Amino acid sequence: MTTLLTGVRPPRGFTGNAWTRFAARRLARLLISVWVLVTAAFLMIHLIPGDPVRVALGPTASPELVEARRAALGLDQPLWLQYVHYLGGLFSGDTGTSVGTGLPVSEVIADRLPATLELAGYAFLIAVVVSVPVGVGMAVLTRRGRRRKTELAFTSTSVVLGAVPEFLLAVGLVYVFGVQLGWVPVAGRSGLGSYVLPVLALAVGPAAVLARLLRVETLSVLEADYIRTARAKRLPDRIVYFRHALPNALTATITVGGLLLSAMVAGTVLVENVFAWPGLGTTIVESIIAKDYPLVQGIVLVYGTAVLLVNLAVDVALALLDPRSTIKES
Amino acid sequence: MTSPAKSTWAGVLRTPVGAGAAGLLAAVLLLAVLAPLLWSDQASAVDTGRILEGPSGEHWMGTDGLGRDIFFRVLVATGLSVGLALLATAVGVGAGLLLGTAPMLLGRRAGRLVTAVVNIAVAFPGLLLALFFAVVFGVGATGAVLAIGFALAPAFARLAQTLVAKVAGLDYVAAARIAGLGRLRLLVRHVLPNIAEPLVVNATIAAGAALLTFSGLSFLGLGVQAPLYDWGRLLGDGLSSLYVHPAAALAPGTAVVVAGLAFNLFGEAIAKGIGMRTTPVLLRPRVRSAPAARPAVTGEQEPVLAVDDLRVAFPGSTPVRGVSFALRRGEAVGIVGESGSGKTLTALALAQLIEEPGEVSADRLDFLGRPLLDLPARERRHLLGTSFAMVFQDPMTSFNPTQRIGRQLAEVSEQHDGLTRGQALDRAVDRLQAVRVPAAARRAKQFPHEFSGGMRQRAMIGMGMMGAPALIVADEPTTALDVTVQRQVLRLLDSVRTADDVALLLISHDITVVRQFCERVLVMYAGRIVEDLPAADLPARARHPYTRALLAAVPDMSTDRERPLAVIPGRPVDPADVPRGCAFAARCPLADEQCTSADPPLVPDEDGRRVACWHADAVTGLPLVAEEVRVGE
Amino acid sequence: MSELTFEGVSVRFGGRRHGLTAVDGVDLTVPGGSVVGLVGESGSGKSTLARAAVGLAPLHAGRILLDGEPVRRGRRSRPALQMVFQDPYSSLDPRMTIGDSIAEATPRRGPARRAEVTRLLDLVGLGADRARAYPGQLSGGQCQRVALARALAGDPRVLIADEITSALDVSIQGAVLNLVREVQRELRLSLLFISHDLAVVRYVSDFIAVMYLGRIVEYGPAEAVLTDPSHPYTRELLAAVSEPVSTGEADPALRAVADVEPADPHAPPPGCRFHPRCPVGPAVLDGRDLCRESEPVPQGHRHLAACHFAAGR
Repeated sequence: MTTLLTGVRPPRGFTGNAWTRFAARRLARLLISVWVLVTAAFLMIHLIPGDPVRVALGPTASPELVEARRAALGLDQPLWLQYVHYLGGLFSGDTGTSVGTGLPVSEVIADRLPATLELAGYAFLIAVVVSVPVGVGMAVLTRRGRRRKTELAFTSTSVVLGAVPEFLLAVGLVYVFGVQLGWVPVAGRSGLGSYVLPVLALAVGPAAVLARLLRVETLSVLEADYIRTARAKRLPDRIVYFRHALPNALTATITVGGLLLSAMVAGTVLVENVFAWPGLGTTIVESIIAKDYPLVQGIVLVYGTAVLLVNLAVDVALALLDPRSTIKES
Repeated sequence: MTSPAKSTWAGVLRTPVGAGAAGLLAAVLLLAVLAPLLWSDQASAVDTGRILEGPSGEHWMGTDGLGRDIFFRVLVATGLSVGLALLATAVGVGAGLLLGTAPMLLGRRAGRLVTAVVNIAVAFPGLLLALFFAVVFGVGATGAVLAIGFALAPAFARLAQTLVAKVAGLDYVAAARIAGLGRLRLLVRHVLPNIAEPLVVNATIAAGAALLTFSGLSFLGLGVQAPLYDWGRLLGDGLSSLYVHPAAALAPGTAVVVAGLAFNLFGEAIAKGIGMRTTPVLLRPRVRSAPAARPAVTGEQEPVLAVDDLRVAFPGSTPVRGVSFALRRGEAVGIVGESGSGKTLTALALAQLIEEPGEVSADRLDFLGRPLLDLPARERRHLLGTSFAMVFQDPMTSFNPTQRIGRQLAEVSEQHDGLTRGQALDRAVDRLQAVRVPAAARRAKQFPHEFSGGMRQRAMIGMGMMGAPALIVADEPTTALDVTVQRQVLRLLDSVRTADDVALLLISHDITVVRQFCERVLVMYAGRIVEDLPAADLPARARHPYTRALLAAVPDMSTDRERPLAVIPGRPVDPADVPRGCAFAARCPLADEQCTSADPPLVPDEDGRRVACWHADAVTGLPLVAEEVRVGE
Repeated sequence: MSELTFEGVSVRFGGRRHGLTAVDGVDLTVPGGSVVGLVGESGSGKSTLARAAVGLAPLHAGRILLDGEPVRRGRRSRPALQMVFQDPYSSLDPRMTIGDSIAEATPRRGPARRAEVTRLLDLVGLGADRARAYPGQLSGGQCQRVALARALAGDPRVLIADEITSALDVSIQGAVLNLVREVQRELRLSLLFISHDLAVVRYVSDFIAVMYLGRIVEYGPAEAVLTDPSHPYTRELLAAVSEPVSTGEADPALRAVADVEPADPHAPPPGCRFHPRCPVGPAVLDGRDLCRESEPVPQGHRHLAACHFAAGR
């Protein structure tokens, strides 16, 4: 081997299986996170001060009824045994039974999940498609203090839009487009028109935040030494921006993009409630108020898993875009 | 003398956005305190005769389902909305700070556990955590405060951890540790005061977030319960009657937005006030004046580069003030100067890499006989792309981290020589071999972070050799490298120079390096060349007092160990405030009236050496080591 | 006058698998009242050694002695070792006036404290009126003077200076070097002076130690090390500061050796750590396989060199 002959060692961090090690490490982290999540969902009920069954059934319920419900939920067993049963149930796909409807939790979730996924998916897609060109374009246009007015208009608009929470935006949209203009339906999930307002309500805030962030990141990337190198190579602007600036600006943005996507998953809860959208968000609120704990547990697990998957996707995307990130943590 | 903190806060309030946000926030807080005291009765007065009425002179925003005045209800709700949000923020910030400072206080093992827990929790969005805790603490105001507080905690803990770790690694904390301070006192005296500003900023923004989340929970029916009411509750109640009576929903909605914005804007304004000020750096050229081009000098002695009266100006300052020199083929010339002397800007101006708002002008700037400032952009790009190579100071940051090294070299030939991708990559491997990168074919496929500093600088030189360079401009190419690696890189540059007869301009703050490497040395001070002499003439025949002082202030291997080093009093000149006359006069032992009134021209002597000093002939009489002058700089 | 001694000192960072032995079995003595210059490249472990001495890096093995007694540290015990850092700006708390920074480091209390601050500021050539200034209002050279005053505030017996001039502009370096030398002589301090710049080290030091990849490879009186370097690495460092750069050796083997990258401190070469880069080692000369196999120990009288084929031996 040449390296031995010349006495040169490969620099630290370089090994052919960097990817394998990255994948293994990432998988281990995911498993630990899932375990923490499952345990947290399990403990949720036990953390409730007092007797959750008594709390759920109210002070007027007879002791017999309380006991019966406790037994049905398995709450009369020792904690570790309940934990074992809970884990065992999860492995076999059994997430318990909804107290309110008597339906299996997994069935309720399977029924409601697609509506929520659609909402979050479309909203994220629109946020990205809008924010990337706007953010990068703004950076190029307003670089080095050019076009101060455009910059001010962009910054203030994006600050305001980014600060308005999705449920308020949703109410505003309902008022303008539903009540005043009457263009689109404002409740339920039926036909393409009913998607417009909920998706908009979810997408606008993150799009504004992402666009602003991308502008800042692109600006700082454009000042980087390697951009100066690219210019010193006399490459055309097009190549400087797309090959050298954009991937680096995206790298820095992906982490926040992931956080925004997670937040969007959570935002669906509120938006669904404004639009009476038949998704998980309306269901979890109903079940919290009705103290339907098995159903709450199940939905918390779904949301949590979604967030963990988003994080995983972020790490993989980072690894693909930025070769340094696969070795960063070792 | 005021503390640096006070002045930044005052500065924030002086900006229009800062003042506006502060005013808005003050109004919101004032209303939160006063409204419940003043208008509680009006807000809860039931009038069954006027249910769900629209806005009128009597009820500005109309009435709700029980005929209560919505305007007053919104005002009074400020108290509960803001109060509960602040309470939740306090819970969150408190818990976050505890978790965030724990790693420093608890030591390595326990700290790592806390960090791991925070890292997992921080991935979950606040609203999901709030829902989780709302289940645990029960539906209602208390539950919601705790839920939102604990939901804020992980993000705040993460922030505090990062900040603490950053400050705890600084030398002044190390110095305090050496002085015997305990962990808690270190934290309180040295760490917390220095991270207070970002923490306050984020707490302010977190308060805004808490306000919004709280409204969200109340809106869902999980927060404040009747008969109490906050904005979220009012909004939820009003939503059902949006068609008949929109004001009932829009009024509390607007209140939430305004209050949230007040917190957010105030936080952002402070952040901007204390944040880093962006430093303008310099790239593409903007040519302003291009005086009549002189006929290109022809003949055997045609210089590779001829510069006459080169100036680089920025708004408010002119850091390069008339630099003139020429470079012959195969010649190695060094430019020496301290930071701020304009040496790097000179290099960038030569390379046509000064960007707006910088402006480059010159009576003459000829490269290979062609006037760079007058050349059409296309031609200039091709000429510079193939014949002019740059090597930058920091090899760690000068390559694009997301692209393979070979690719970054290859694109030069793809662009300027029309090679295909494959051909260009072959050329890149060949050039990497030429700069003695071992296993070039394999290493071409690697990313910059897999290269050591010295190897990257080699690759950078190889990048310059993708074309057929006539000139290499190397700006501090070895400053970031170790001495022995530095020597390797210099040796490589030298072999490239002699093998292909390439002219080399080496820019450095280190006069020792320049002496070792170059045939001729240009000394720069305050944007001008003050001396131009053969390297062999150093140190004995240097004629400018600055050159001599520079030589005497830096020890070399022949410095007399028994005598103190020379001290140059005063500070380097600020480019924005260059004095009349000789810029060095204020620090010069020979300065007299002439020096402070007129700037000496750069005058050549019969051997072609140039010096800009009124007293150049008196200087050689001075001892190289000046008597030590103790000055407080 | 106190003597600082390192005995078999090792410092390790990180876990067993990805760990890094930054300092590996170092023996070094700073004789009382004299200046030992420690020179080496980045990654050689010279700063880590300094940080270990003042308790900022954990010792993995060995001990550090002050006049034969193990260095005590912890709260109340007055620190007999003090250190000045490289970056003048990050070594002072930006939120504290420089007077407070110095005062914090003095063991004195009450009115004596202010007098002490004034005395120290005067000692480093700054006026007492500067006590109320913040670090942001001072130049780099002035900050470095303050950092020196703070180090002296603890009445140290030994001072460690870690690259104290490398962040300063060249015209200011000389003033700081003069000051350190002056203070050292006046207070008869023992000084461990760390720098990557051999010329600077030569100027201030009575003894010179050369460090390479966590080991001391040469140690001796400054004059002897500089005029008669025994270790090939020391010779290379000397050449780097004193000889003109030339295209290099005609001999391809010598040229290849001269171009070898510095070794990765995470995976130091076996045997003599310098052997892949050594111009008199196994890569150039036949019959020197010993260098690959066994690690040389420092040898010699007063002037030590860790090389199997040290010059003149």
